Amino acid sequence: MNDRRFNALLGFAALVIVFIFAGFLFTLVVQSLPAVKQEGAAFLYGSEWNPVTTRFGALPFIIGTVMTSAIALIIAIPLSLSAGIVMGEYVNSSWVRSVLNTLINVLASIPSVVFGLWGIEVVIPLVRNLAMLVGAPPYGAGILSASLVLAIMIIPYMSSMTREALMNVPAGLREGAFALGLTKQEVVTGIALPFAKKSIFAGILLSLGRALGETMAVTMLIGNATRIPTSLFSLGNTLASVIASQFNEAASDVHRAAMMALALILLIITMIAGWFGRTMMSKGTGAYGK
Amino acid sequence: MENNVFTGQYKSRKRKDIFFKVLVLIPSGIVVALLVLIMAQVVVNGAKALNLDFFFQQQKPFGEVGGGIVQAIVGTFMVLAIAIVIALPFALLSSLYLYEHNGSRRANGLLNVVNTLQGIPSIVIGVVIYSWVVVPQKTFSAFAGGIALSILMLPLMISMIKESLDMVPPSYLEAALALGVPRWRAIVEIILPAAASGILEATGLGIARAAGETAPLIFTAFGNPFLSLNFKGPVSALPLVIYEYIKSPYDDWHRKAWGAALLLVLFVLALNLFIGSRKKR
Repeated sequence: MNDRRFNALLGFAALVIVFIFAGFLFTLVVQSLPAVKQEGAAFLYGSEWNPVTTRFGALPFIIGTVMTSAIALIIAIPLSLSAGIVMGEYVNSSWVRSVLNTLINVLASIPSVVFGLWGIEVVIPLVRNLAMLVGAPPYGAGILSASLVLAIMIIPYMSSMTREALMNVPAGLREGAFALGLTKQEVVTGIALPFAKKSIFAGILLSLGRALGETMAVTMLIGNATRIPTSLFSLGNTLASVIASQFNEAASDVHRAAMMALALILLIITMIAGWFGRTMMSKGTGAYGK
Repeated sequence: MENNVFTGQYKSRKRKDIFFKVLVLIPSGIVVALLVLIMAQVVVNGAKALNLDFFFQQQKPFGEVGGGIVQAIVGTFMVLAIAIVIALPFALLSSLYLYEHNGSRRANGLLNVVNTLQGIPSIVIGVVIYSWVVVPQKTFSAFAGGIALSILMLPLMISMIKESLDMVPPSYLEAALALGVPRWRAIVEIILPAAASGILEATGLGIARAAGETAPLIFTAFGNPFLSLNFKGPVSALPLVIYEYIKSPYDDWHRKAWGAALLLVLFVLALNLFIGSRKKR
């Protein structure tokens, strides 16, 4: 062993990592070709997904993915921002803070399949009752159940990122504002939140990336229907959940290829969300020389 | 008069202040209540399934009450072992690459790739490893599951190990180099041991992250109703058992799904707490 060989070894490992990523893209593109050739651009906007007649349009799943993630964000944002503000601005005792931190970390580490299990036993009956109350079909499973659990799953990330963003606000700004006689609320909404808004937004985008790609909990709760969801109580599928429920039972090579194409779409969407989030994050922390 | 205007304004500002506090405290209370509720339900429902058979018996035939999930416990350890054996060397070497080429264009490029890999949905890893490993081997296997999980844990481990390498004071390396030690030996014998605890933590977190993943295993390890120690054949795993059992119509299997969930959560939590307590020191 010498320095040159050692460096070559490191470079080799680095190359392997890059090749893994390139290989992912390559494999997904190549494997999805049969489906894309058959459907053309209609793969993206076709609303029929039927393995029997081998018609493959991804629109129901794209809509399902966007719907569940959007609803989850709408539910999770106010809850997470509040929790982040409380942890970052209001909790003074280090004991309470560490309890809250531990709790959030615990929730973040619970596997997705356990959330799915919890959703099946707790959320689905609740949603079924709600559906009967408003006269919707009482499946229980569906877009709303999936979105609710998805929201709970992203709360820990979003709230700890909000807290972190608020804690990065320079103490001097806050002290100056208090010294001028501002109330806590004025300091938070007038100084801290505007200062941290880019990082908070980045946290929301990164959470969105997680919600878009989340598989197991959604698969267990969304009801596995291959039509375009029309209401909160509709059964549906997301890009990830349709792959999870159909891939092993693929009826034909085109069917499997079509699911590879879905995986490719999912990968591209999450890559864009993650890239935006990271860019925003570096801008957010780059401000004020910190 | 002036005084009244002042106190009036102050009062309305004070009211707004209190209103805001309530506005953020109530949703936070809801969040905390939900977290406690979920944890409590996992513990209470899971505890009902736990007995000796649960840990040491195999699954009984469909619909029969009793038996256990030893096949899933063993399977989980098998795929995790494969995953860590593959992921750790690559994570070490590529984070050393980042350490050695810190700030260079290539290192930044690699860092971008690592970050992007971290965001890849786990189901996508599942389908790709299916076509990389399962299709050529013509069989689902613990091996394929381990590879899928290794790719899942790699990015997290790389960024954590890189962080702990950066925390080693540069003077260590400089001192070694000044004494005439070849650079690679200085790195292997001085820098790596100094970062050992960070590397251990990264390994632990990588395992914790991968242990609960189901999506990459469905198309790779696949699941197996019987205890299998064959790395070349399909094996079960705790998350797979939860997913499969809760879909079944049997109450006993539902109970076992909760039991498996409790086991999984405890395992992941223990790893997290262990790492957390190390970090504080």
